[in-house]
Amino acid sequence: MAISIEDVEHVAKLARLALSEEEKETYRKQLSDVLEHARIISEVDTSEVPPTSHSLPLSNVFRDDVTRPSLPVEEVTSNAPWASEGAFRVPRIV
Amino acid sequence: MKLETIIGLEIHAELNTRSKMFCGCETAFGGPPNSKTCAVCLGHPGSLPVANREAVGDTILLGLALNCEISPRSIFHRKNYFYPDMPKNFQISQYDVPLTRNGHLEMDVGGKTLRVGITRVHLEEDTGKSIHVGESGRIHGADFSLEDFNRAGIPLAEIVTEPDLRSPEEARAFMQLLRATLEYLGISDCKMEEGSLRCDANISIAVDGQLGTKVEIKNMNSFRALQRALAFEEERQRFAIESGEKLMQETRHWDDASGTTHPLRSKEEAFDYRYFPEPDLVPIEPDPAWVEELRGRLPELPQARLDRFREQYGLAEETAAMLTSEKALADYFENAVETGQDPVELAKWIAGDLVALLKEAVVPVRSCPVGPRGLGELVALVAQKIISGKMAKDVLKEAFQSGRSPAEIVESGGLSQIADSGEMEQVVDEVIADNPAAADDLRAGKEQALKFLMGQVMKKTRGKANPEMASDLIRKKLSG
Repeated sequence: MAISIEDVEHVAKLARLALSEEEKETYRKQLSDVLEHARIISEVDTSEVPPTSHSLPLSNVFRDDVTRPSLPVEEVTSNAPWASEGAFRVPRIV
Repeated sequence: MKLETIIGLEIHAELNTRSKMFCGCETAFGGPPNSKTCAVCLGHPGSLPVANREAVGDTILLGLALNCEISPRSIFHRKNYFYPDMPKNFQISQYDVPLTRNGHLEMDVGGKTLRVGITRVHLEEDTGKSIHVGESGRIHGADFSLEDFNRAGIPLAEIVTEPDLRSPEEARAFMQLLRATLEYLGISDCKMEEGSLRCDANISIAVDGQLGTKVEIKNMNSFRALQRALAFEEERQRFAIESGEKLMQETRHWDDASGTTHPLRSKEEAFDYRYFPEPDLVPIEPDPAWVEELRGRLPELPQARLDRFREQYGLAEETAAMLTSEKALADYFENAVETGQDPVELAKWIAGDLVALLKEAVVPVRSCPVGPRGLGELVALVAQKIISGKMAKDVLKEAFQSGRSPAEIVESGGLSQIADSGEMEQVVDEVIADNPAAADDLRAGKEQALKFLMGQVMKKTRGKANPEMASDLIRKKLSG
């Protein structure tokens, strides 16, 4: 299955990536190869196999509704490049 | 051309668990920014979420209350998006296999019973709060934004209805019934002003049975705002259709101050969520015994209680609806009924004066200074003609403010009516002697004069005369 340059541009926009024309073509080819790979796999008859969302044979793992201490507030933003008064600062959104 | 309004709602209710959905941070409202966060709800690398059993149980309970099917197997999905209010850049939500689906809620509105379909009730995590800093104070033109993740990760139940509502009034009535249902179940604080209960709406106009273009409205923070926003949008769309304009499928923002909706920039909703199963959380397969245990916990729900109040106590629909809109209020009423007083009278006092006093003082009914027994006492005093209905209003107010019992207030304050016929006769004689013209008028059959004389009697007794007794006495003295 082939991907168009427009598809690459759409995905790049969602991922906030600025791509050059050459890069667009490179990724167009690579992404098309990935989808082609998936297409080949999809030829296997899986009509009798339930879809796998999880690889572990586990369900119902819960925790009790009990509170635990949160991080000290001065530590929360200690790794943030930009913060003020305990809040994370982010550049203008729109 | 026949136009029909079609409305569906999407409601988010924060669940009132003690800890967050996937970590142990506490959920209480407020506090300094990011004081209730940890590696899990901040999305630090290597941290792993574990689902809160209580939140799953609450959602199943809600599903049962809304007559939904409980999915035998349900999974979480990641909903990916670019917006800084989730540190992980995705929200853990549910997609194609929600915990519960295919339900309905029946409600009485405008004299008919309406059955509103419930598409699904699923469980997700709430997002953080953004404060946009800059001259505008809004997202547009902000210099930067501040992110507080105290709310991020609080369990959130999402309820989606079928497009079964036909007017803004029906939408509001549904929302009120749903709020009451959540409150009866005790699983959410339901505070629209604090954002623990939120509502978005989809509205379109069908033309001659042909479905129209759907518009989503956001930012309605009260029942009134919901109804106003839908009424505005209904009018806007009908006008566009009637003048041959084309409507756009879009998301619009309700502005409560101007009373209008306006489109959000398409940039803000260029979403492609790329849902995929959350690999860090295992599927939920509710044990049937657990579901039955939850079913056993279902209380009598608002509509059922409303119907019972009408039948058992003979209340009018409006009064019954008012009393059952809040569980604590309905409980108050039924406790008051146990005092043996007339349920209709008790309901009248609660729905009228008492609710007004509570509202004015911003006191929840649970902490009402006049308890159900106190109210029963008040109604008994009126029934025994010890005080008039008018005086009872003052006694109730005094009891509400001082916390003293109505009987005590009547005793000590000398508020008891003058029901002694000798004392009353003396007052009436004096009033007639002082106002001979009015007395003549009444003798001549002018009913207006009775009102005037009654006023004089009340003035002389400072409102303590039993009105029935006084007017009987005046008539007796002046007839023939």
